[in-house]
Amino acid sequence: MGFWSSILGRSKQAPAKLDALFLVPSAAITLQTAMGLSPTGTGSVCFRGAGGAAFAQVQQEIVSLLNDNPDAPDVEVSEDRFGFTWLVVRRDPDDIAGLCTDLHAVNAILEESGFGTGLLCSMVPFTGADGRRVGLVYLYKQGTFYPFAPKGAEQRDNLTELSVRDQLRGELPMETDLQRWLAVWGAPGL
Amino acid sequence: MTLTMFLLGALFVGLIVTLMAVAGSAGGSGLAMLVGIIGLGIAFYQWWSSDKVAMRAMRAREVSPEEAPELHGMIDRLCALADMPKPRVGVADMDIPNAFATGRSPDRAVVCVTTGILRKLDAEELEGVLAHELSHVAHRDVLVMTVASSAGIVAGMITQSAQYGGLHLLSGGRRDNNNSALPAYLIALLVSLVVYAISFLLTRLLSRYRELCADRAGAYLTMKPQALASALQKITGEMAAIPQRDLRATKAMNAFFIAPAISGASLKTLSSTHPSLEQRLEQLARIQVELGRSH
Repeated sequence: MGFWSSILGRSKQAPAKLDALFLVPSAAITLQTAMGLSPTGTGSVCFRGAGGAAFAQVQQEIVSLLNDNPDAPDVEVSEDRFGFTWLVVRRDPDDIAGLCTDLHAVNAILEESGFGTGLLCSMVPFTGADGRRVGLVYLYKQGTFYPFAPKGAEQRDNLTELSVRDQLRGELPMETDLQRWLAVWGAPGL
Repeated sequence: MTLTMFLLGALFVGLIVTLMAVAGSAGGSGLAMLVGIIGLGIAFYQWWSSDKVAMRAMRAREVSPEEAPELHGMIDRLCALADMPKPRVGVADMDIPNAFATGRSPDRAVVCVTTGILRKLDAEELEGVLAHELSHVAHRDVLVMTVASSAGIVAGMITQSAQYGGLHLLSGGRRDNNNSALPAYLIALLVSLVVYAISFLLTRLLSRYRELCADRAGAYLTMKPQALASALQKITGEMAAIPQRDLRATKAMNAFFIAPAISGASLKTLSSTHPSLEQRLEQLARIQVELGRSH
């Protein structure tokens, strides 16, 4: 956002950056080999849809567009307590590249439908043999990744999160501002 | 709005040039210059420490994510959506349902809500209000309004200096020089009065513009204009019902509130810091239609 447009009160909505999602497959291999974390085969896109009855209909259309098209992935819809909508896609856990293609397809449809500015984050969950869960979260507006590791009731395993960040630093653009590491409690698939 | 900002700038330059000219023609008006510089210093201080001053004035305290997880969660998400740095979060323990944003830059900003608003609004409405306040931060409204009102502050100080013996000082202290100094001082005084009056109306006009800008940007951010609309209805309705006497204490903070805490009567449209509820709802309704149409 330019300084002048903000001074004049004409701030524009930040556009979403979609392409970095394709870096996830190689990062998944690193997580697997270095930390024993393997993908669970789900992935989700979190976005803010407009309010009102008109939007409910549009959202229904997007979901049926995705589910009816044999080339597009099937999605499940859920709503979180902050009023954001999550679209969940499922794949074979070994096919992480296919999962990323699916997520990209969902993003492309959302963007086409005018929700590009409403995209918040995308998450690919991983699990370890010891039961620990880590979500690799992608922030669309910043174009950066961060790890989210829930532990028990609304607690975060910061140690795991920081070590995931250090592992992936060379491969993914990791979010350097720790304040931006949103806690996504109850995210589907995690 | 650009025109209003330009006029305010021109007004300020005009005031300074007049003061310089007057001071140049008669040495006695150095006092006016001095007062003017002090006025600018005050404006600068107000902007520089706006976060501390406002928080103290509202008896607000900063809350951590552990103390207010829902509030922080909402602001986290909105900041991620808007791609802006996260401001600090404050809560003021008062019953008036209100919220304000302050701070000299987006990196030093504070968004503050009252406990009254937390009780009054549901989650969606609160999010609408927070998006409105975050838009104030993104638009650097504290900076803009301080710069815009500096002409008024300087002019106001000069006008008031007459009260504190400026005239007396001149007419009494410098008898030999009386003939040229007194009229010069009177000119400075007169110009300041006029500048003060114009600047008052222009800053109020600018403030109303910027409220509408924040409403618009906030509504596009949450994509739920109707949530902000119902929040505004609840807040302004509630505020009109609360006795006037309790509200006067917060008068100085009015420009930064989401809804003004004073309900005036006459001249309201010209001199109020906020646009009328009807105007704001009308804009939100337009955005609602636009959001519904774009798909």
